[in-house]
Amino acid sequence: MTDANLDKPAAAVPASRSLLNGDERTKKREAAEKRFQYYGMAAICTGLFFLVVLTVSIVRSGLPAFTNAVVAVDFSLSQEEFDAAEGQLFKTKAYQGLFNTALQNKLTEAGIDVAFDDKAIERILGKTGGTIREYFRENTDDIGSPVMFELAASSRVDGYFKGRVTRDTLVDSRFLELNDLDIVDAMAEAGVLKTAFNWNFITGADSGVDNPGGAGIGASVVGSFFMMLVVLFLSLPIGVAASIYLEEFAPQNRFTDLIEVNISNLAAVPSIVFGILGLAVFIQFMHLPQSAPLVGGLVLALMTLPTIIISTRASLQAVPPSIRDAALGVGASKMQAVFHHVLPLAMPGILTGTIIGLAQALGETAPLLLIGMVGFVARGYPDGLIAGFTDPNSAMPAQIYTWASRADVGFYEKAWGGIIVLLIFLLTMNTIAIILRRRFERRW
Amino acid sequence: MPIFWLVTLILVIAALGYVLARSRALASAGGNRSALHSLPSYYGMNSGLKIIVPGFGLMILWLLAQPLYVDSVVSGMIPDAEIKEGSSRGLLLAELRRTAEGIDLAISKNIMDEEFARNESTEFADMTARLKDAGAVVTSSITQPIMRGAQELRVLSSTGRWLMTMAVILVSLAGLFWSLRETNAEFRARNVVEQGVLALLIGAASIAILTTIGIILSLIFNTVEFFKLYPAMDFFFGVEWAPSFSGRGGASELGVLPLLWGTLYISIVALAVAVPIGLFAAIYLSEYASNRVRSIAKPLLEILAGIPTIVYGLFALLTVGPMLVSVFGDGGALGLNWQGGGRAVMTAGLVMGIMLIPFVSSLSDDIINAVPQAMRDGSYGLGATQSETIKQVVLPAALPGIVGAVLLAASRAIGETMIVVLGAGAAARLSLNPFEAMTTVTAKIVSQLTGDSDFASPEALVAFALGMTLFVLTLSLNVFALYIVRKYQEQYD
Repeated sequence: MTDANLDKPAAAVPASRSLLNGDERTKKREAAEKRFQYYGMAAICTGLFFLVVLTVSIVRSGLPAFTNAVVAVDFSLSQEEFDAAEGQLFKTKAYQGLFNTALQNKLTEAGIDVAFDDKAIERILGKTGGTIREYFRENTDDIGSPVMFELAASSRVDGYFKGRVTRDTLVDSRFLELNDLDIVDAMAEAGVLKTAFNWNFITGADSGVDNPGGAGIGASVVGSFFMMLVVLFLSLPIGVAASIYLEEFAPQNRFTDLIEVNISNLAAVPSIVFGILGLAVFIQFMHLPQSAPLVGGLVLALMTLPTIIISTRASLQAVPPSIRDAALGVGASKMQAVFHHVLPLAMPGILTGTIIGLAQALGETAPLLLIGMVGFVARGYPDGLIAGFTDPNSAMPAQIYTWASRADVGFYEKAWGGIIVLLIFLLTMNTIAIILRRRFERRW
Repeated sequence: MPIFWLVTLILVIAALGYVLARSRALASAGGNRSALHSLPSYYGMNSGLKIIVPGFGLMILWLLAQPLYVDSVVSGMIPDAEIKEGSSRGLLLAELRRTAEGIDLAISKNIMDEEFARNESTEFADMTARLKDAGAVVTSSITQPIMRGAQELRVLSSTGRWLMTMAVILVSLAGLFWSLRETNAEFRARNVVEQGVLALLIGAASIAILTTIGIILSLIFNTVEFFKLYPAMDFFFGVEWAPSFSGRGGASELGVLPLLWGTLYISIVALAVAVPIGLFAAIYLSEYASNRVRSIAKPLLEILAGIPTIVYGLFALLTVGPMLVSVFGDGGALGLNWQGGGRAVMTAGLVMGIMLIPFVSSLSDDIINAVPQAMRDGSYGLGATQSETIKQVVLPAALPGIVGAVLLAASRAIGETMIVVLGAGAAARLSLNPFEAMTTVTAKIVSQLTGDSDFASPEALVAFALGMTLFVLTLSLNVFALYIVRKYQEQYD
């Protein structure tokens, strides 16, 4: 480089150019830079916006499932009335009559006068006689003293209360007539009809196709629980054993490569294909019972296996070789070094991976459709431990799907509510996993 | 004896073996632990392993083999003349099995006794009547050979079960005595146990291979069965999908093309949503965002990946579908009347795209981060702005990896089930309108296998052929994508 070259700068560059005053081109480039950054921000915001929309629609549509409209009435039954009702041919009908009179009195007391007949009350409250009779037959001591009854209103009244059904959209049917809504309004005004927490949704079992009000998710939570037990007891030991072999003992050969390729491929196989496997092998070939949590658990265990193996291998790798060397140095065999020293140190990581794998399995639906968990209506809890594994049951995601595919709109609310319950479980499991990782995982 | 008790019994024998072998080893060394070859517990474990492994192994093998044997015997009892038009051996076998279950039910209700159930000369009419009394599901097609088959099935299963119990107990006891006999101070128990444990570890690792074999075999067998009933050419090149509803006979059009088209179309819509958003999010997070923003936004985006697909399915069906109809539907905000119902390609594609955003973004994030800093610095040194560097240096360098990530996302989209089952509709169509309902391979697998149609009919078996198609498609996409990603990673290592 010589000075002569610097005498005349190239003519293309303006002589008066300062770094502080940008020219047209610089401005354009800077604008492009800004724009590019905005695109990025917009992308992140869109993603987060979708997350917010999803959360809002889950919460807004799902929360109503946890409350229901109930009619709360103080009702007292005298011994004579009890005896008289028990003496009749249609016993529950007699109770219903008594209850309706009490309800009428209550409304008149509150200064509201609406005409109603027993049919209208039955449309609003369902058949109340059975519940009342059951109660007084079991608690004979309460006869004569006032008892507070909280009876769930029918699902359409419930919908009217929550705004799902309005006077404009309601069509007279055998379930509810337009005039009944006057009675409902009157009862709400008198404070007889109010919303209460719907315990039945948490603890109850699935109802029939035309009774969305009585549907609960409890039984399918139990089904999911038994399924997760199977997944845990199969995929954790098998996954850990496989990882130990691959990480600590496997020689470099074709067989090991084959296993590795298989594991990474299984992790990417669509879940529905695992459902086909379950149907063909466990049900068609081995004749295991359909819709049983055992079969669901077996299929999900095979699906979870790659997840657990991958995370277990990562945590085995994280244990420094000096631990192994030290154990071998004081005379431990290779097996002893792994089982007594490496494995315990890797345990927090393994457990974290297992919980995340279980959470994935808990929300998986597609394979359950194929092994018949959807067609089954879980009307009750399994009786006993073994029955819990082998008797047909539903599982949470399968139950949500069943509700979502039913014709009655009332079930949609239940499906959203079910999703809230499912997400609470997932959130808890993931939180536990994070806490485990934070507290016990050692950095070397 | 129920399996549960058998399992308990084996475990009890194993525990007994552990205690006995341990104390026997100690006794053989005269109570002096240092005279033993291994620690005393290894002698116990040796005994336990020799009881549990053969016991459970035999039990599992027997449980797998017995149904095969029983089926072949019983199937041989049905004469070919018995198989009527429109029926098959598989159907009759299912009937036979139902009858056997009905007999069990009847016995538990005391409607017939064991002797009657086994009596070979029982008339099938009498049997049918009694089964009806018991409330068992009985169809009119019970005939004498089927009833005989059902009786034989029960006899064979119960003898098989009994034999299995005996054999398993004998094997466990044999293991117990064998291990006790070889237990003495010189026996190299630790080496034997470690050999055994290593074998178990290899076995556990082989489960992955077994699962793949299981998947492939169950797909292939049933697909071959399907192609016997339905011409393969019509399946692969047929443009009409119209399974007959009766499930038995009838003319079904089972062409896969409309399903493949629906799958492809929905995946394209999903990728059109997920790739730009995911890619720009990844670029922003890895190149521009401060650590604070990154530590908040990244996990929040990844929540989208942890949400179960059933939630997205419901979101598509109940929120996105109606919303799209209110915009593009009849009398909608735009007054276009493009979309008839909530279920449409657009609905499923959009929601699937949302699900795939974190998938694309975190994979691309890793890949962009793997581009060496020196390349960026070189570009800055030449005076390029940050966005010019990204567009002209980082992205071209990361392109193969990003293509791999997009292919992986595509394979996810193709295999996704719940969103399309709930959001895409049920009608198979070859159409270009994204606001129309279409259906996919996965959705049809579900509907063909959850319907009422019989398992041996082409309408049900087609699901396996569809599954095979899906499996091959996603597997090749995955292998190809992984190949690209790996090749790219090696470039900078």
